[in-house]
Amino acid sequence: MSVINMNAPFTRDKIKKLKVGDIVLISGKIFTGRDGVHKYLHDGNQAPVNLEDQIIYHCGPVVVKNEGTGEYTVTAAGPTTSIREEPYEWELMRDHNIAAVIGKGGMGETTLDACRKYGCVYFHATGGAAQVLSDRIKKVEGVYLMELGSPEAMWVLQVSRFPVVVTMDSHGNSLHVDIRSESEKKLKELLQKQERS
Amino acid sequence: MLQMWIVKKQMADSIYELIKRTSTTLPGDVLDKIDKASSMENGNERARYTMDIIQENIKLAKIKSLPLCQDTGTLLFYVNHPAGFIQNGFIQLVCEAVEKATEEGILRQNSVDTISGKNTGNNIGRGHPSFHFHEHEKDELEIRLILKGGGCENMSAQYSLPDTGLCAGRDLDGVKKVILDTVINSQGKGCAPGVLGVCIGGDRSNGHAEAKKQLLRRLDDKNVDSDLSYLEQEIVEISNKTGIGPMGLGGETTLLGCKIGSLNRLPASYFVSISYMCWAYRRHGIILDKNHKIKKWIY
Repeated sequence: MSVINMNAPFTRDKIKKLKVGDIVLISGKIFTGRDGVHKYLHDGNQAPVNLEDQIIYHCGPVVVKNEGTGEYTVTAAGPTTSIREEPYEWELMRDHNIAAVIGKGGMGETTLDACRKYGCVYFHATGGAAQVLSDRIKKVEGVYLMELGSPEAMWVLQVSRFPVVVTMDSHGNSLHVDIRSESEKKLKELLQKQERS
Repeated sequence: MLQMWIVKKQMADSIYELIKRTSTTLPGDVLDKIDKASSMENGNERARYTMDIIQENIKLAKIKSLPLCQDTGTLLFYVNHPAGFIQNGFIQLVCEAVEKATEEGILRQNSVDTISGKNTGNNIGRGHPSFHFHEHEKDELEIRLILKGGGCENMSAQYSLPDTGLCAGRDLDGVKKVILDTVINSQGKGCAPGVLGVCIGGDRSNGHAEAKKQLLRRLDDKNVDSDLSYLEQEIVEISNKTGIGPMGLGGETTLLGCKIGSLNRLPASYFVSISYMCWAYRRHGIILDKNHKIKKWIY
C-alpha cells in the first residue's frame, strides 16, 4: 500500500498531483471548522485568521482546558459529516482560498466543481476514529470563535501523520459519486434477480 | 439521613461508571461483528485501511479511557424499575453523573438550545438526556444506555407505505425495499458498517422510538418472529453485496446487523421507521443491587 506524506500548507501543484484513492498522511497545521464556522463566514463575517492555502477540518473536538496552565488538550477529534457544509464550502474555496477540506461522507456537486475550479481537494478521514486521530494531534495552537461553543469553535491544531484518503480530487473525480452509482446499480440487479427466482 | 446520602452517592457513581464505559468501549457482541468484518476486507485497500483504523481506535479508546468517538451523542437511558421507584430523583442523579462526565471530557459539550443556539455546556437541557422508563415485576433496577451520535441519527428515516417511487407496497417485500433504500441513501455518511433498528407499524413517534429500542437487542440474538428473522438476515446479506463498504469507500461490509420489530398500526397507516446506528455502537447496561452498586453488566 503506497502512502503519500504531505506537509501543510500545500502548494496547488502538489494538490493537482493527488488523485481519488490516494492515501495521505498530513503533517502541519489544520483548522477545525464545522456548521458554526461555515455559517459565520457565509454571513459575511471576517475570517479570524488568514485561511489562504490552509486546511479546514470538519470536526467538533472534545477539548479539556487545564485551569492551572490555561492549556488545551484534545481528548477526541474525529471528523463530522461534511455534506452539511455543501451550501458554504465553495465560498470558502473561492473567497478564502482554502486548499483542502478534511471530513467524512464526502460532499456534493457544487463542492466538486469548486475543487476543480479553485484547485482544492477533499480528504476523507475515518468517521468515529476519534482516538486514532486525536493521537495524531500534537498540539493545540489556539482557538478562535469560542463564542460559537467549544465543538463549533475554530481550533488550530498541529498534526503529525494524520491519516486520510483522497475521495474528491481537483480533476472532477469523486469516489462518492462512483460508489453511489455502482451500489444503486448493484441493488437493482439483486432485487431483479430475486423477483425472477 | 446519612444512609440516604450514601445510597444516592452510590447510585450517581454507578451511573457515572455506566456512562464512562459506554463512551469508551464497545460491547462484546459488537466487537465480535467488527472482528468478523475486518477479516472479510482483504480485496479493497481502502476498506482494509479503514477497518485497521477502526480496530486501532477501539483499542486506543479502551487503553486511554477516552471517548471512542468525539460525538458522544444523545444519551438514551432505558430504565426498567420496580414499582414505587422515584423517577424524578433518579433523573437528578443521572444529571449529576452526566455533568461530571462532561467536565472530565468523557462526554462532549453536546446539548445546544435550538432557538438561541447556545450550548448548555453540561449536556443537560430540554430533552437531554433522554429517558425511557418501564415498570417491571423484578425487584432490581436495570439501566441501559446508548450513546447515539448525530451523524448516524441524520441518516435515520421514516417511510409511509405504499411508496410509489420505490414500488414498495404494504407487505414485507415493500418493507425490505424501503430499508434498502435507506442503506443506499446513507452510503458512508452514517459511519458504515452500521446497524439498523427498524419498526414496522406504530404511529410516527412510537415507530421511531421502537426502532431505537431494537438497538438494545444483542447483535447475535435471533428474532422470535421467523418472518422478521429471515428479513433481518436478508437485509444484511443484500446490503453487504452493494459494495458500499466501511465508511462508504467500497468493500464487503456495509451493515453489521439489522434488528426489526413491529407495533400495531391504524388501518390507514403503514409506517416503516429506521434508526441507523454507526459502527461505534456504544451500548452498555447495568443491574444494580439494593445498595445501588453495580451487580452485573448486561452486555
